Amino acid sequence: MRPQDAFAHTGVARAPLPPGSLRLWSVSHAAGLASFYRKFERFLGKLDPIFRWIGYDQMEKPMATLERAVKAKLFDCRMCGQCVLSSTGLSCPMNCPKGLRNGPCGGVRANGNCEVHPAMPCVWVQAFKGAELMGSVAKMGEALPPIDQRKSGKSTWLQAAKAHAAS
Amino acid sequence: MPHPDDVGPVPSAPLPPLPGHVSRGRLERVLRRGEFAVTAEINPPDSADPDEIELRVKPFEGWVDAINATDGSGANCHMSSVAVSALLIRLGYSPVTQISCRDHNRIAIQGNVLGAAALGVANILCLTGDGVQAGDHPEAKPVFDLDSTALLQTIRMMRDEGKFLSGRKITGPPQVFVGAAENPFALPYDFRPIRLAKKIAAGAQFIQTQYCYDIPLMQRFMTRACDMGLDKQCFILAGVGPLASAKAAKWIRANVPGVHIPDEVIARMEGAKNQKTEGKRICVELIQQLRAMPGVSGIHLMAYKQEESIAEIVRQSGVLSGRTPWRRDLVATTQAVESQGAL
Ligand code: SF4
Repeated sequence: MRPQDAFAHTGVARAPLPPGSLRLWSVSHAAGLASFYRKFERFLGKLDPIFRWIGYDQMEKPMATLERAVKAKLFDCRMCGQCVLSSTGLSCPMNCPKGLRNGPCGGVRANGNCEVHPAMPCVWVQAFKGAELMGSVAKMGEALPPIDQRKSGKSTWLQAAKAHAAS
Repeated sequence: MPHPDDVGPVPSAPLPPLPGHVSRGRLERVLRRGEFAVTAEINPPDSADPDEIELRVKPFEGWVDAINATDGSGANCHMSSVAVSALLIRLGYSPVTQISCRDHNRIAIQGNVLGAAALGVANILCLTGDGVQAGDHPEAKPVFDLDSTALLQTIRMMRDEGKFLSGRKITGPPQVFVGAAENPFALPYDFRPIRLAKKIAAGAQFIQTQYCYDIPLMQRFMTRACDMGLDKQCFILAGVGPLASAKAAKWIRANVPGVHIPDEVIARMEGAKNQKTEGKRICVELIQQLRAMPGVSGIHLMAYKQEESIAEIVRQSGVLSGRTPWRRDLVATTQAVESQGAL
């Protein structure tokens, strides 16, 4: 029996790697993309007065829609609302079928693919690659607190704008 | 005789508190004394009959320091780990209650931690859990509200700060020795020691690893862990287990998530006249090599469906160095002597 046969009956709602997904490309270009992303967040901070004028609550829906469209393409983002891409080598951990945000489970296959989806590269093996490119492996050692499920669907760009404006 | 610190007046009750210890169980004492610890694992029965628990653990009584009660391991349904632990405690054994994040959200998990501690559980192992696809209910909803690191943080908060994750006060915090698992044999190898450090930072006090059949990979992991000083911050117990046959080994390798068995081990099994004996012999050799590895504080024996061979393997490996872990009859003898009054 081949290993993957043991998982043949998995019921998966969404393809683990949607067609046209740039996720793996983003990880292999993590260094450049991350520095662009940091600049982008600073730019968002500059927009804070505009956001405040329109009202952050008013901005929530259009911004979340825009963010979803962009980040879904680049990272297969799941809009968890508490983005950790900067400490996961730009590999979105919410694509891990176990939703692991603190590192890989013990089930990663010998070829670096996922225990649950044999055809999908483990998001954490990817994350480690991305972090090496970004020089941020040390940051991966910081333990993240439990996820706040209430934030799901919320825009993190607006949160970043607020945070940058405040700092 | 068992160490006097490991024997209380009532075997099923928590031991008298010791300074510098978070729990009142035996495992923490054995490890803190610097003894090479031996833990074993039982797979809970598919039954509501409590006697099946005793049948499974009796063959290795007096050969292990604690017994892990798995929590739906391999995503298969069995008796719950908290219930198995409580039944083990009734008999006087010290269980390690496994909690996996797959089947419960944070509300249920925290409730279980309190319940387990109230029933006398002194050790909890925090796991992510195998995906539901691996087990007998692949159509189930996987929960994974927390991950193992977040679970460690949660239990530490409950114990040390006396608070639920919500911040609400706990009047009687759970006095538990908290552990986690690690798999040095899964990719990315260089991330594994970092992940270990992360788990320690989140509260892990002991680690039980996945089955070790590959000494060089284990060595690579331990060297890095020792360089980072991690062996001083937690107790690392290496996972081991006897293979029943070459066929079983191949099946495990292909079907059980995260188990890495090198080709040489399988070849050696295939070449043996008596494969079952060879499996045990390999296990004993691995234990002896792990015993000699710097930073390893003990072993964790997972002898699935071979519980009867645990005592023999531990004895042959000689890792207890003449030490006797707690055993019911020895306690009975002590009590009998005491009941005769002072000389
Ligand atoms: S193998 Fe990787 S992606 Fe798959 S469940 Fe484990 S950590 Fe998540």
